[in-house]
Amino acid sequence: MAERRIAFEAARLGLLGFFGLVVLAPYIWMVAASMKPLDELFRASLSLWPERFHAIENYGRVFAEVPVFHYLWNGLVVCGGILVFQLMFAVPAGYALAKLRFPGREWVFGAVMLGLLVPPHVPALPLYIAFSKAGILNTYAALILPATISVFAIFLFRQFFRALPDELVHAARLDGMSEAGIVWRVVLPNAWPAATAFAIFSVVAHWNDLFWPLIVIEGPARATPALGVLYFRSDEAGDDFAVLMAAAVIMTLPLVLAFLFAQRRFVEGIATTGLK
Amino acid sequence: MSDAALPRAATSRAPVGEALAGLMLTLPAGIAYLVLLLLPTLAAVTLAFTDYELGMPALNWIGLDNFREMLSDRGFAIALRNTVIYVGTVTPLSIGLGLGAALLIEAGTRGRAFFRAVFFLPVVSLTVAMAAAWQYLLHPTIGPLNALLRQVGVTDPPFWLSSSDTVLLSLAAIGVWESLGYNMVLFLAGLSAIPRELYAAAEVDGARSAFDRFRLVTWPLLGPTTLFVVTITLIRSVRVFDTVAVLTQGGPNKASEVLLYTMYREGFTYLRLGYSAAITLVFLAIVLALVWLQTKAMDRKIHYG
Amino acid sequence: MAGIAIDGVVRRFGQVTALKGVSLDVAAGEFVALVGPSGCGKTTLMRIVAGIETLDSGAIHIGGREVTRRRPAERDVAMVFQSYALYPHLTARQNIAVPLAMRRLSGWQRMPLLGRFLPGTRQRQRAIAEDVERAGTALGLGALLDRRPGQLSGGQRQRVALARAIVRQPAAFLMDEPLSNLDAALRVHTRREIVDIHRRAGAATLYVTHDQAEALTMANRVAVMQAGEILQVASPEAIYADPQDLRVATFIGSPRINTLPAEADAAGIVQVAGQQQRLRARPGPLTLALRPEDLSLASGGLPAVAEAVEFLGESVLLHARHEASAEPLVLRLPPEAARPRPGEAVHLAYHPARALLFGADGRRLAATPMEALALV
Repeated sequence: MAERRIAFEAARLGLLGFFGLVVLAPYIWMVAASMKPLDELFRASLSLWPERFHAIENYGRVFAEVPVFHYLWNGLVVCGGILVFQLMFAVPAGYALAKLRFPGREWVFGAVMLGLLVPPHVPALPLYIAFSKAGILNTYAALILPATISVFAIFLFRQFFRALPDELVHAARLDGMSEAGIVWRVVLPNAWPAATAFAIFSVVAHWNDLFWPLIVIEGPARATPALGVLYFRSDEAGDDFAVLMAAAVIMTLPLVLAFLFAQRRFVEGIATTGLK
Repeated sequence: MSDAALPRAATSRAPVGEALAGLMLTLPAGIAYLVLLLLPTLAAVTLAFTDYELGMPALNWIGLDNFREMLSDRGFAIALRNTVIYVGTVTPLSIGLGLGAALLIEAGTRGRAFFRAVFFLPVVSLTVAMAAAWQYLLHPTIGPLNALLRQVGVTDPPFWLSSSDTVLLSLAAIGVWESLGYNMVLFLAGLSAIPRELYAAAEVDGARSAFDRFRLVTWPLLGPTTLFVVTITLIRSVRVFDTVAVLTQGGPNKASEVLLYTMYREGFTYLRLGYSAAITLVFLAIVLALVWLQTKAMDRKIHYG
Repeated sequence: MAGIAIDGVVRRFGQVTALKGVSLDVAAGEFVALVGPSGCGKTTLMRIVAGIETLDSGAIHIGGREVTRRRPAERDVAMVFQSYALYPHLTARQNIAVPLAMRRLSGWQRMPLLGRFLPGTRQRQRAIAEDVERAGTALGLGALLDRRPGQLSGGQRQRVALARAIVRQPAAFLMDEPLSNLDAALRVHTRREIVDIHRRAGAATLYVTHDQAEALTMANRVAVMQAGEILQVASPEAIYADPQDLRVATFIGSPRINTLPAEADAAGIVQVAGQQQRLRARPGPLTLALRPEDLSLASGGLPAVAEAVEFLGESVLLHARHEASAEPLVLRLPPEAARPRPGEAVHLAYHPARALLFGADGRRLAATPMEALALV
């Protein structure tokens, strides 16, 4: 029995290790290439370690030619702005749908369910036209606005708030709190798991999004990290894969680092937002 | 105490204060919903029946012409076909591998967090950047993959992203790589919800092999999760855009033209917004059909109420 | 002797030793209840017998065969789980059929669609269906057999779990707190039913519970377990009236047995707070234990102060404080007896033959009643 278990565990780790290596391959080669000089890349050797260490030149060129921190800052502003608005709209609405009785509540909830069915690509065209008419293309507002209303967030918070005991709300009312006060001071602090889960989900989605920024942004002034890599790829880097890989490493790093630090939260966040 | 404060008898008629609060709290979300989601969606539906182009002063009604054009548009047909092939490859593979990874991780105690992180990494990596990494990896001449193939004796390895024969396959491989970890996490959550006692009961009942127990307990109890994962993977892969936009722009020779990329190009490159909106509607119809199928399947079977 | 033989089982979880060399025999046809507080290791022991849990040392025999290292499927046991562990996607009928299908059909024969066409599948499936029907009828499931567990009440699920256990006559039944999820009335009813099933099936039964009433009413023998050890195995009567360990005496019986610190002087006469009792024992410190029904109000005896009275219907409980006892002593009195008011001084008497003495190590001591002597 013991030998069988060891054999099984070895097979399990072997399989996982193999597939893990396949999944990690792009990262490994990306990092390796980012430290090699271009001529070494062109020789297409299979050795991972650079013969001539060229990391400083490659990364130096990226930092010299690409406003890396500017793109990251843009990404931060956009993701942060989106998240703040999403919570501001969704938390009170989720609370009202879960705990308050008001005329038209069923209609509002029906609208939320309907909204869940519509992918963000559908309203994109008319929004583009409207933004272009309003002259706000190429602004943070254009990047942030369409994502501020998340029916998914409303739905998620409603489900979560419904599970909170009514007594909590009633006690707060007896203590003389207003409904808005209850939302931000009683309900939200108790909804922390749902809020972090949604925050992670939202940031991952919008940090990685390319479709919408590609539509409303031109030029580097308001470009998100995703756009930044795209510009760099087509303009400066051309076929200089070494420098391109260095740029890719830099742009991928922030979110990956955040993930590695708060791994459990990320995985749980995606799992709970996915399954509810 | 709570019942005294809010008598149940009042349920049918909400207190005025509560009703007002409910309306006030939903108002901001309601306005945003209306302006940013509902009206634009309806506008997109309307646009689909016009030949609107950016800058035109008024809407010109053309009925179903856009859809008629679609039927004869070779580019659209290719995009639709490619999307189906892409979805048909990515969905089963990323679900199968995701389930396999979840089962392997769950089967032991060692390395759980580590491998979970490894498989999940692509989900949190900037897609555009990783697409660049894949481009290097799959590069016909300087890419490590072909270097490896040449080393093991393949004389002329495929051109991957630069050949119309293999471009869709390469994109699908990247798609699988991207969504495998996401599916794995959902399956892990599903697996952890299966009561341990059922496995013990299965063992006592005589399910000797791991396969027997998988068939008796794991697979049926994972049913709702699997259905959800299938639907969400279908919807996510129908949306394929980033990798195409970054790596191939639909090429070579339209071999990687997909639905959303065609829609993007028609709308934002050629500025034919009416036609683009019509394509969007087709896309929406596909998504709705998938959700409808999921609800159907949910009602029919996997519900163990 | 076929049945269950547990021999010196040790199980450690890290630093904690959950089972410290436990031995217990259940003869064929016998019903043994394993009772103890939660966390005492009784469920772990049962899972080791079933083969779901591993052991560090010791041996398990079932039906006369050594099965210590065998898989659960090879042990010829059936188990009823606390949560019932019914397969939620299968109907009651299919649930009951699982242990038969797993044993009587090959892997290929169990395949959907394909299996039906393999030789022998049909006859075997018909035989299985008949056995399932019989087990279902025995438990009065009849009309419920085609429902899923989710459509059944707790009591009905419990019956399905029992039917799944008895459908294949195993050498041993294992039941892990099968009644704990039922409401009180149903629990009493099902108690009798399980005893009935056991009598008809006649297999060795090991029944884990934390409820002493279940253990005393159902079992032929009761094993009291605490902190990974079995303290005593005996008939329900003996466990109650003749406990060999202070922990057994205090665990069994409700209200709890009364205990008083006492001492036997050099002459062997037992003294409680300086007051001589009509008992002799080996000199040294000891504990005097008395069941509530063995104490009565009298004009002489242990002096105490009445604290509270609880009317229970068929009897009255009087709580009275004695100076040597940390907790009030409890007396069970007939309902018509005179009830002292709180604060009133009373005297408590007992028949010395009913007194239980335990040494400082908790082991039972021999007590000799001194009949003729008048004391105090």
